[in-house]
Amino acid sequence: MSALNIKKGASSHSAYDLRSTFGDTIERHTLAVIVENEPGVLARVIGLFAGRGYNIESLTVAEIDHTGHLSRITIVTTGTPQVIVQIKAQLGRIVPVHEVHDLTVDGPSVERELALLKVAGQGEARVEALRLADIFRASVVDSTLQSFVFEITGTPEKIDAFSELMRPLGLQEVARTGVAALARGKESHV
Amino acid sequence: MTKTMTGAKMVVQALIDQGVEVVFGYPGGAVLPIYDEIFQQNSIQHVLVRHEQGAVHAAEGYARSTGKPGVALVTSGPGATNAVTGLTDALLDSIPIVVLTGQVPTFMIGTDGFQEADTVGITRPCTKHNWLVKDTDKLANTIHEAFHVATSGRPGPVLIDIPKDVQFANGTYSEKSKRKSHYAPQVKGDIAMITELAEAMAKAKRPLFYTGGGVINSGPAASQLLRELVEATGFPITSTLMGLGCYPASGPAWLGMLGMHGTYEANLAMHGCDLMINIGARFDDRITGRLDAFSPKSTKAHIDIDASSINKVIQVDMPILGDVAHVLEDLLKVWKAQGRKTEKESVAKWWKQINEWRAKDCLGFTQDGPIIRPQYALSRLEALTKDHDRYITTEVGQHQMWAAQYLGFEDPNRWMTSGGLGTMGYGTPASIGVQMAHRDSLVINVAGEASWLMNMQEMGTAMQYRLPVKQFILNNERLGMVRQWQQLLHGERYSQSWSEALPDFVKLAEAFGAKGIRCDNPDDLDEAIKEMIAYDGPVIFDCLVEKHENCFPMIPSGKAHNEMLLANAQVQGSITATGAVLV
Repeated sequence: MSALNIKKGASSHSAYDLRSTFGDTIERHTLAVIVENEPGVLARVIGLFAGRGYNIESLTVAEIDHTGHLSRITIVTTGTPQVIVQIKAQLGRIVPVHEVHDLTVDGPSVERELALLKVAGQGEARVEALRLADIFRASVVDSTLQSFVFEITGTPEKIDAFSELMRPLGLQEVARTGVAALARGKESHV
Repeated sequence: MTKTMTGAKMVVQALIDQGVEVVFGYPGGAVLPIYDEIFQQNSIQHVLVRHEQGAVHAAEGYARSTGKPGVALVTSGPGATNAVTGLTDALLDSIPIVVLTGQVPTFMIGTDGFQEADTVGITRPCTKHNWLVKDTDKLANTIHEAFHVATSGRPGPVLIDIPKDVQFANGTYSEKSKRKSHYAPQVKGDIAMITELAEAMAKAKRPLFYTGGGVINSGPAASQLLRELVEATGFPITSTLMGLGCYPASGPAWLGMLGMHGTYEANLAMHGCDLMINIGARFDDRITGRLDAFSPKSTKAHIDIDASSINKVIQVDMPILGDVAHVLEDLLKVWKAQGRKTEKESVAKWWKQINEWRAKDCLGFTQDGPIIRPQYALSRLEALTKDHDRYITTEVGQHQMWAAQYLGFEDPNRWMTSGGLGTMGYGTPASIGVQMAHRDSLVINVAGEASWLMNMQEMGTAMQYRLPVKQFILNNERLGMVRQWQQLLHGERYSQSWSEALPDFVKLAEAFGAKGIRCDNPDDLDEAIKEMIAYDGPVIFDCLVEKHENCFPMIPSGKAHNEMLLANAQVQGSITATGAVLV
């Protein structure tokens, strides 16, 4: 189905994109929301999801344009196609929201997440952890005689896989950033 | 030339620059500097309400009856929290209002100071947008931006929270023309889709216009264009509660209101049409009834300025994102330029069918016996006031539905009611807001006694400002709509739905210094209504009506349009357990 992607102020935009061909399957979508970095803007976005009962699987936010005071919120959400369209429309009408992009339907995109994992252990388990870290291209950012902190970057699935492997080897703690995502190719959103 | 002034003065200056003439408000510690500035000027009239909820509803009444944004000014903490119901009401009905709240000084925010509340936090989900202004230099621009946001796109309430130190501090005033904003919703509809709609209209055999509050919000031009379109096509037209007046009730194509308590002909036309043209309505649950049986055979077009209204509950075939007036203008142009003709024979057949439904006379009643029936009271009110320059507000409940059924509206902006939120206590303060904007018009609040008591303190406001609002109370000593649902759904167990210890409304009127009129006899009703109209001042009209009258027609919850009930006899067992869950 085509995405609802109406740029504010764009009068020539075709409303054909609003046509619905909805199904009942639950889909996972990655949304990039460009917002004015003003107080409360994150609360507005999160409040929308909480108030209307939408899911947030992952959410990251940081200012990306310090002169223009624009932030990029990357939200991974799930829902039926109808719900996904509603989410985008509801996001679009928040006043400080400049743009809403659905990276899942706009074309190919790359998604990356960073995670830090603390693994404690000795002997063979410690060696095995280090070997697996090497396979996953995780780097060691802290080390004691009893522990490592690994830094790993990749898709959420890769991080899931790495965490699962670390679990029997003494995984103590995980910190994940949530997903950052960009469309592939030369076109840019901001 | 830059102008330096205090934040408080800036507030007043910005309101003047925005063309504000009336502010409804209530002072308190955190807005004292602003009130000091209001004292020292004559451009803006301040109306002192008796409760902050009243201020917001009055601003709504003002806004709905003029098309201009309404303004309310209240203090921090309880002042702001009392405004929440009005804000939510305005959000649900898309009414442009600007609410200014005082706040504790910036250095006290977060300390649980006296009369401190997280106003922007509390009102975030019940405003279109809100701002906490921490810098006096940004205050004027924020107010200008607030008016822009409230009135652009889908209108709605906005709130500006102003800490007291920001009001005292000096800053640079920025002119209205210097406002910078990225907020510019799309108003022109997609011309290809509009052309497709025109084609569908030319081919339609059973077409229907389904209009809503968006037509009124779009401005008088939208109503005018709608009337031209209806005339050009000869298609029947119905409207939601919020859209009454966009097409004249006396017009030949008018089917009456649709929905839960809409007319038989309007609802069956919705069910049976083959082309539904939704103009500025939002497929509310009061309209659709059971979703999977909603207008099953129709192709649906939807004109709306809010993308999130499109395909929210009902999937449509021709979505047109844009402002109603702009889209209708283009639609009429396309229709005329292409010399479009309707399927005359089929549409005539459709009208024949509609007229058969009309012949049911679903709103018919007989006034027999010595007790006034509410339908009779409103029919007489209609007959005796329709030739006046008249504005109607209502409270919420049975009387509201009867008012929508039995009063006729010829023009937009004449009908002020709480549709989306269903706020009891809306009508009295709204009537005050309307009367402030239209000093010489006849403003009537059609009320039930229970709703009316919720904001009756505003009679004091009406007295103070010599606002001759007429409070027309259909008194059944019951919470009528609650009682009706208990009868239909809860085995006639009337839990807490009657009003004991009601005041003597005539004495109450006199206590306020207003006029009280009581009528309990159908034969006296006309004279009593005439006396109410003739009186130059506020009136509380206590109309004692049949206590157990039910509001029909009614689509029971969980049912489809073609399953509507016309009278009490059909009620038994009509609502299933799943239907009972719905409100």
